[in-house]
Amino acid sequence: VATVVTTTAVAHPRESIRRADRILGVLMLAPAVVYIVVLVAVPFLLAVFLSLTNSSAGSLEFSFVGLQNFENVVGNAVFRRALRNTFVFTFVSQLTVIVLGNVLARALMKPFFGKSIARFLILMPWAAPISLATLGWLWIFDSTFSVINWVLKVAGWLGPGQWYYWLGDTTLGMTAIIIIHVWRMLPFSTVILLAGLTSIPAEVHEAADIDGAGYFSKMFRVTLPMMLPILTVAVLFGVVFTFTDMSVVYLLTRGGPYNSTHVLASLAFQDGVLGGDVGRGASVAIFLLPVLLVMAVVMLRTSRRAEVL
Amino acid sequence: VARSARRVVATVGHRAVILGFIAFAVFPFYWMVVTSFKQNADLYVGAANTAHNPFIFNRAPTLDHLRTLFGQTMYPTWLFNTLWVGVVVVGITLLLAVPAGYSLARLTGRWGERLGIGIFLTYLVPSTLLFIPFSRLVSLLHLQNSLWSLVVIYPTFTVPFCTWLLMGFFKSLPKEVEESAMVDGCSRVEAIWRMVLPLSVPGILTVVIFALTLVIQEFVYSLTFISSVQRMTVSVGVPVALIRGDVYYWGSLMAACLITSIPIAFLYNLFLDRFIAGFTVGAIK
Repeated sequence: VATVVTTTAVAHPRESIRRADRILGVLMLAPAVVYIVVLVAVPFLLAVFLSLTNSSAGSLEFSFVGLQNFENVVGNAVFRRALRNTFVFTFVSQLTVIVLGNVLARALMKPFFGKSIARFLILMPWAAPISLATLGWLWIFDSTFSVINWVLKVAGWLGPGQWYYWLGDTTLGMTAIIIIHVWRMLPFSTVILLAGLTSIPAEVHEAADIDGAGYFSKMFRVTLPMMLPILTVAVLFGVVFTFTDMSVVYLLTRGGPYNSTHVLASLAFQDGVLGGDVGRGASVAIFLLPVLLVMAVVMLRTSRRAEVL
Repeated sequence: VARSARRVVATVGHRAVILGFIAFAVFPFYWMVVTSFKQNADLYVGAANTAHNPFIFNRAPTLDHLRTLFGQTMYPTWLFNTLWVGVVVVGITLLLAVPAGYSLARLTGRWGERLGIGIFLTYLVPSTLLFIPFSRLVSLLHLQNSLWSLVVIYPTFTVPFCTWLLMGFFKSLPKEVEESAMVDGCSRVEAIWRMVLPLSVPGILTVVIFALTLVIQEFVYSLTFISSVQRMTVSVGVPVALIRGDVYYWGSLMAACLITSIPIAFLYNLFLDRFIAGFTVGAIK
């Protein structure tokens, strides 16, 4: 056998190097792939499985209950409210982020004194740990000491006896949550959009100018189409990060007042971990899946159009 | 004259937009600074008192809150726990992601690119979907309330993104680096070890910083699996255990938030361009 191998190696030296490379490639890739399969793919399937059981935190015993958890969950007003909130928070905050992010990215395109400091300061909300940043906002929205209320009082917006209980009121609480999501995701979208704007060659703008294109036709016919892939990336990540976040709601309002500001993720935590009803928690979290799948598909299509695949 | 006036207006408008955004981004951090150094008598006045300006120090600044934070709370322990988990997770991440990234960039061809995108997509599977099955897994392994549970689980979000970043980095190196060494008689493994890795220090450093910041920022898993105060990480200990009963020690709380956030912001800023490249590979040509 040894002779045969040697002859092939001599006869096709390139082939055998390629084959050795292929084997080496598989060996180098295997640990990461095995890890991801065992600790992402399997738990992912386990999440689906648990949502079909009556598993609880105290014991490892469970029995199969079919779609019972989903029926209970969908019939629950708190859940339906959380589902709605998740979409409202994501949609409103990401729409704001994209509009403001475009304005800010364009502003940052121009050279000005102190630009690198400006970039550092604008990026800070994205770099800070979300739980600690939310804590900072919790203090800003404090019922007694809110600096926002002080400003509104001084400005005359709040009259004598008028007061905003930011986290004790559903509308104000939802507003506060959206403000934090916008604050946190704006730097991320801005730097991504900025990278996109910088990648448009100057000649393209010059050519459009020579052809007599005005500001708006340039924006809608030249800049936006060229920015579309990068805009998609910014929106996709923004949506995924906002849609699946539980830290902001958990630390700011705990889903209150009266469970009116919960999102899917925070409700799943309340039911599945704090409440110990693992099956129910899992079935709440499963409702994150459809949106995530859509996002994954859009991302794959974007990357294919940009000739990655 | 009209034209130069218009230019002045445009410049002023531009600076106003920039300053407005900076104010929005920085305000919570400014508020942390002010709160961390204010005396309690200056801090807890109440926003209804319009005569008391909360934006400035009405009394001399104090270091009391910092002294409390470092002397009478578990904050130093949480910092240590976080760094310990961070270092171990970074080690695991490098062991898994460096070979995988190289393999995807050089040794696997077309299916490797598809697999690379597949690995990247797992970064999108959120912790809020996985913490429930993980809580089962953690109790099966008897790792409840142990930092080892975080060591096992954190690479699930560091490995996919870091593999992706490193794949892009290795692709940007010219193939001649290994090929010339292999012509000189090195095996590929030797060529990687002697030629590629020394050139990859910037890429690996990016991954180290990125993985470390992700670990410091992580909240959901740590909140779910760690219950003893002395085993918490910073991101959970500060919001959960620094509040005693219903009493918020805002001075110390805000100092803790500030001290943890600022170094990460600096690190992030240093490596920003590489992170953006990671997120936008393919979307920019």
